[in-house]
Amino acid sequence: MNTRRLKDVLSSRLMLAATVFAFLLLFFMAAGLFFRASPILITVPISDLLFSIEWSPFSGKFGFYPFIMGTLWVTVLATVIAIPVSLLSSIYLSEYASNGLREMVMPLVDLLAGIPSVVYGLFGVLAVVPFINDTLAPAMGAETIGGYSILAGGIVLSIMVFPIIISVTGEVMRRVSGELREVSLSLGATKWQTIKHVVLRKARPGIIAAIVLGFSRAFGETMAVLMVVGNVAKVPSSIFDPAYPLPALIANTYGEMMSIDLYDSAILLAALILLLVVLICNVIARIILVRIERGII
Amino acid sequence: MEFRRIEESIFKALMILSLVFVIGSLLFVVGVILWRGLPVLSFDMITKTGEGGYLLGKGGGILNAIVGSLYLAAGGTILAFFLSIAIAFYLQKEYSGGTRLSGLTRLSLDILWGTPSIVYGAFGYIVLIYFHIRASLLGGIIVLALLEIPIMTRAMEEVLKMVPGDLKETAYSLGATRFETTLKVVGKQALPGLLTGVLMAFGRGIGDAASILFTAGYTDRIPGTLFDATASLPIAIFSQLSTPLPQVQQKAYASAVILLVIVLVISIITRLLAKKYTRFIIK
Repeated sequence: MNTRRLKDVLSSRLMLAATVFAFLLLFFMAAGLFFRASPILITVPISDLLFSIEWSPFSGKFGFYPFIMGTLWVTVLATVIAIPVSLLSSIYLSEYASNGLREMVMPLVDLLAGIPSVVYGLFGVLAVVPFINDTLAPAMGAETIGGYSILAGGIVLSIMVFPIIISVTGEVMRRVSGELREVSLSLGATKWQTIKHVVLRKARPGIIAAIVLGFSRAFGETMAVLMVVGNVAKVPSSIFDPAYPLPALIANTYGEMMSIDLYDSAILLAALILLLVVLICNVIARIILVRIERGII
Repeated sequence: MEFRRIEESIFKALMILSLVFVIGSLLFVVGVILWRGLPVLSFDMITKTGEGGYLLGKGGGILNAIVGSLYLAAGGTILAFFLSIAIAFYLQKEYSGGTRLSGLTRLSLDILWGTPSIVYGAFGYIVLIYFHIRASLLGGIIVLALLEIPIMTRAMEEVLKMVPGDLKETAYSLGATRFETTLKVVGKQALPGLLTGVLMAFGRGIGDAASILFTAGYTDRIPGTLFDATASLPIAIFSQLSTPLPQVQQKAYASAVILLVIVLVISIITRLLAKKYTRFIIK
């Protein structure tokens, strides 16, 4: 065998190894977290972990319910704000906007995705939290803890979710064939009717995938939420209440984690829950998107 | 005017409003940070490291965090580069075409891309404990590399896919091996795109806090070796803001300006690079 072939074979083996590593990384993460979370899964029944509201690690009570609810409130609020804004923007960009406008706006949307989450958090602290505290909450007759609330988290998070929904939806709508549009237009439909009845209907699975991806992005966001959401471990009952989402719990309790029995295990269980939720969301979204790409949907 | 025309104009107005809102929020975020941060940004902030008790209001700057962040992101990006380029090359048709591994790896990378950085942080922390590595520059670099691999690989793979098949066929017909073709034809052709992927990952790495919260540590000094703890900009912003002292909190605003400027500059360079070099590519 000459050296050229040898190089080819060797490099191909190395590349295969790297690929297998990338493929296995997800399993390593899930397995590692599961392994370290197993002590608490053995000692505390799962129903208690998921549905008990009592969180006092010092006396061995590990109820994740307030944190799970906190995460859901913030994430759902962010998604609800982000959906109409991003969908309408995306429809405009892909159906109405000129190429020039699109080429000008898309980099800005990408920029929105590139801003670090601590910067978003600081923005929340400087602009959103005071606004809720000084203007919105008094106007609505609601009480907040200095403005740190689910609403603040939801607003900041929704901005962070815009780019992902906009870019995925745009991609999906561009895949809808021009012929379909032309058929509808030739039947006398207006452009908006065509979008509403043809493009959006055809793109619906993809739009759902985009929303799921946005939701999962918001679900795991840590720093920005942590900085504005108040971090009080109670089940929230209004958007003006503070919350304590799971990612914030992980980030905040790291320092104390080592010393107490099971505490460390509980925090890593929280990370495992995050990973599993995100995993499920992503698998659903990717299956839809891959099918669209192959022309099945 | 008929109803359907009115409906169309209403929705068109709503769409334009939404788009203005999206772009407006970008300008608003950047504006707020600059407006509050620029006035408190001083020369000392960028040129001095924190003096003992910096977070308690003592003097000094955040040079340690700036340099720390650059070290972390550069290290993470270099490490991620070697793995990502290998994976992206391997995901080409001639290596893994039609195998189950390529589809599953893509799915796995997509999921990893969407995985929250705090999960990387927690996982990284387990890995560090397992290998008995303290929270250090090395720890941060490893975790950032893991975080960057999916971004870089997927970006690179997209670029490699764009290389025309004819070019490869030509190389093969001249008797080149897969490796030679990949390196000298495909790699060269895709170079600007590959660089874009690298810069994108660098930008993501330098701004991430949650993943290195547990793994990089924090110190007022610039790390001298891979095993020293290191400060980083995102975490410096977070810790300065968490203090009860207004003068330290203000330094967080200034630090955010620095981080934002770094990220914006990287993003602009990425775009210019992509534009400049696409001209020299055989289409």
